[in-house]
Amino acid sequence: MVSNVGRLPRQGAGKAPRFAAGDWVQVAARPVLGHCRTPWYVRGKAGRIIAVHGRFRDPERLAYHRPGLPAQVLYKVRFRQREVWPTYRGFDGDHIEVDIYEHWLEPAS
Amino acid sequence: MHEHDDHDHDHDHPHPPAQKDHDAGPMGAYEVLEEALRSLLIEKGILTAEAISAAVDLMDSRTPALGAKVVARAWTDAAFKKHLIKDTRAALLDCGIDIGTIAEFATVENTPDVHNVIVCTLCSCYPKMLLGTPPAWYKSLAYRSRTVVDPRDVLNEFGVELPPRVEVRVHDSTADLRYLVLPMRPKATRGWSEQQLAAIVTRDCMIGTALPKVAPKARGTRAA
Repeated sequence: MVSNVGRLPRQGAGKAPRFAAGDWVQVAARPVLGHCRTPWYVRGKAGRIIAVHGRFRDPERLAYHRPGLPAQVLYKVRFRQREVWPTYRGFDGDHIEVDIYEHWLEPAS
Repeated sequence: MHEHDDHDHDHDHPHPPAQKDHDAGPMGAYEVLEEALRSLLIEKGILTAEAISAAVDLMDSRTPALGAKVVARAWTDAAFKKHLIKDTRAALLDCGIDIGTIAEFATVENTPDVHNVIVCTLCSCYPKMLLGTPPAWYKSLAYRSRTVVDPRDVLNEFGVELPPRVEVRVHDSTADLRYLVLPMRPKATRGWSEQQLAAIVTRDCMIGTALPKVAPKARGTRAA
């Protein structure tokens, strides 16, 4: 499903995906100045890749009129709500899914 | 008209209008910026006023009714439903709906075990090319912040009561994908036509903040 050149203007060529569906990953906990699509509440949190969406131009560069290349692989990452919010009041099986670009992800230790 | 019986009322004082004109106040910074940019683009021949109106018309042609038709078809056509979940863009194109090239689309299916709800904590990312412009509450700070941390309370406030052991799955669409919730078809709709089914699929059902409801009098009705 990950093609080298996508069907949308924001898709584009880039490296082979580093992760596959089923992999456990950890979101980088770094701070960012300026435009960024990685919500703060998942930074530093571990989750599981459930889909590889394809390669999209990096929005952190696109936002400043750069081409956003090489494109970043975009993943759908599923987190347990209890992992994200230690005081979560809902059901233990509740999850939150966030689409995260590859340069924010590391293998979970 | 109002009436006062405690003083002489000669109508020499100004009355505020019943509804304030939306452009009565001074322009905000972004309105000034938009107008400056728009007139420059038109002046330089990059865009025309007609092209801008056409783009607004295209957006206005997208309404929740379009999404409801898609859901009704998925409820009645198993092959289409499979296609919609696997490749939402292509399945919508099969229905004659071109969702453009701004973002990719995905469909998430509600099941007896999982209830999906969509939010964008970054701004207001929404499947506009299918459902039209989002409701104001979708863009509110309260919805955007509370849905991720306390989705069950938010759903309760919308009138959605889920059994405690049904998983609530929140999708924060902050990147290049827009999500459509495929609600569960109510059991009481057996034999209904696509048109009858589409009528019970509201906008909120496709965001995940409502469940399709069958009105008591419609229960048990059959397609002609």
